[in-house]
Amino acid sequence: MKNLIDLEKKVNSDLATKINNSNIKHQQLYLNIQSKDLIDVVIFLKTNNETNFKQLIEITAADYPEKEKRFKMIYLLLSHEFNQRILIDYEINENEIVKSLTSIFPSANWMEREVFDMYGINFTGHPDLRRILTDYNFEGYPLRKDFPLTGHNEVRYSEDKKKVIYEKVKLEQNYRNFDYESPWEGTKYIKVQTKK
Amino acid sequence: MPKETKKLNLNFGPQHPAAHGVLRLILELDGEVVEKADPHIGLLHRGTEKLIENKTYMQAVPYFDRLDYVAPMNQEHAFALAVEKILSIEVPSRAQYIRVIFCEIGRILSHLLNITTQAMDVGALTPTLWGFEERETLMEFYERVSGSRLHANYFRPGGVHQDLPRGLDKDIGEFCNKFPNIINDLETLLTDNRIFKQRNVDIGVVSKQDALDYSFSGVMLRGSGVAWDLRKSQPYECYEQIDFKIPVGKNGDCYDRYLCRIEEMKESVKIINQCLENIPKGPIKSMDGKISPPPKKELKESMEALIHHFKLFTEGYRVVKDEIYTAVEAPKGEFGVYLISDGSNKPYKCKIRAPGFSHLQAMDYLIKGHMLADVPAVLGSMDIVFGEVDR
Repeated sequence: MKNLIDLEKKVNSDLATKINNSNIKHQQLYLNIQSKDLIDVVIFLKTNNETNFKQLIEITAADYPEKEKRFKMIYLLLSHEFNQRILIDYEINENEIVKSLTSIFPSANWMEREVFDMYGINFTGHPDLRRILTDYNFEGYPLRKDFPLTGHNEVRYSEDKKKVIYEKVKLEQNYRNFDYESPWEGTKYIKVQTKK
Repeated sequence: MPKETKKLNLNFGPQHPAAHGVLRLILELDGEVVEKADPHIGLLHRGTEKLIENKTYMQAVPYFDRLDYVAPMNQEHAFALAVEKILSIEVPSRAQYIRVIFCEIGRILSHLLNITTQAMDVGALTPTLWGFEERETLMEFYERVSGSRLHANYFRPGGVHQDLPRGLDKDIGEFCNKFPNIINDLETLLTDNRIFKQRNVDIGVVSKQDALDYSFSGVMLRGSGVAWDLRKSQPYECYEQIDFKIPVGKNGDCYDRYLCRIEEMKESVKIINQCLENIPKGPIKSMDGKISPPPKKELKESMEALIHHFKLFTEGYRVVKDEIYTAVEAPKGEFGVYLISDGSNKPYKCKIRAPGFSHLQAMDYLIKGHMLADVPAVLGSMDIVFGEVDR
């Protein structure tokens, strides 16, 4: 599709039942879908000649602990041919298992491993779902909002045992989170600049 | 009687000079042929994304220097652009030119390091010595403009931190005049060098289709013949007004990627020259006191400036609720920032898309069937820096 408006129309007409809502901002198309339709939507976007989103840029998630559906999964696709970016997202429950994209995009492999590592979201159909960035035998999921910034364990070389040992984090001083945020709403905080 | 063969598991790294950092690569070898490669990454994981969630937007910038520490400003750029787009701030034209100049300096820094260490991995020491001399000069430019050689913290949302010091533009211009000769010198050492070619030609070949499937970007993609560069296709800053070419490879092997990098450095010099010629006078950051700090002089005279300064360095600025993905063409490929803001003074989520991450992922696919000695060559041509892979 030549421009995003056409693309939005095309996606909405061809995948009518699968798209919850769509909008265009920052020269990108944002699609909100249902988790069960992920594979269909991605295959359509990749294989259709008028969309041609041949490259998966990123898979990530966001954590909203206060919401009933805790996690939001986010997929970024790029079409080189039409020079367009699309952003697909959907919400899932804490224990919901997500379908893996590895069969469509081989590069999804590590990206999904990272999501698993950081958020503890499981994927079906993933060939090798291991932790990737954190330490061997790491516990917990660091990017969840309830994971403390300081972590749980620290590592040091023990002169007594002559080896590297793991210990519970001991801080000389607690992590101080200064709340500087102004309680006043004030006027519109940053002036909206009008484009010339 | 048939001979029994045993497969050998080899730990390549985490401490290995050709691993370009802390990569633990577990190789399964049949004789000298690699059958499987399993990269274990994360040894340099610092939790950048988690830290950024706990810092204000202004405090988040320095973390980007520490990702790809070979070309720090290119990373800051992606974050600055993301915040600017959400807030719809217009960056003054002079700041845009300064940014482009330093992005291209970053590109040269990164390519110089990569080309020369790649050469060292396959046995040539001299290019490293020559290249590092030039890198030192370039890092001095970094130091003069930002105060530090590596962790610049120079590109801020709204513009750049401070104006070019007097005489810097002239010195950069002088460097640009003599640098093409140095590239030529490097080329006489490498481009037609028999050993260098034997080690790189037809090694680690990536087809067009696979480059797309494996989410390659930057030189890894262009080396395989895909003409795609974000500076051209989705131009940001003043790249639109600048005349430059995008070198594209043919065979997708290590040697083509080397050639692409050499040509890119030459183009970068052209870009810097054009910027130096056309750079306008004027402010170097957004004049909106709500986003960029006022000049020091004003602090002594203006009450409003003092308040702005105080608020900026305590509370920071709030960013309206939004989500955005912005990407820049960093030396290593598409470096992107996916930012979710929630209206407070801290990012709700900041996902960093590092090009090296997807490149390293394809290690198994690239190295399968090659000899053990090709591992450093392929690894070198991928241009891996663990700061950004591990984040």
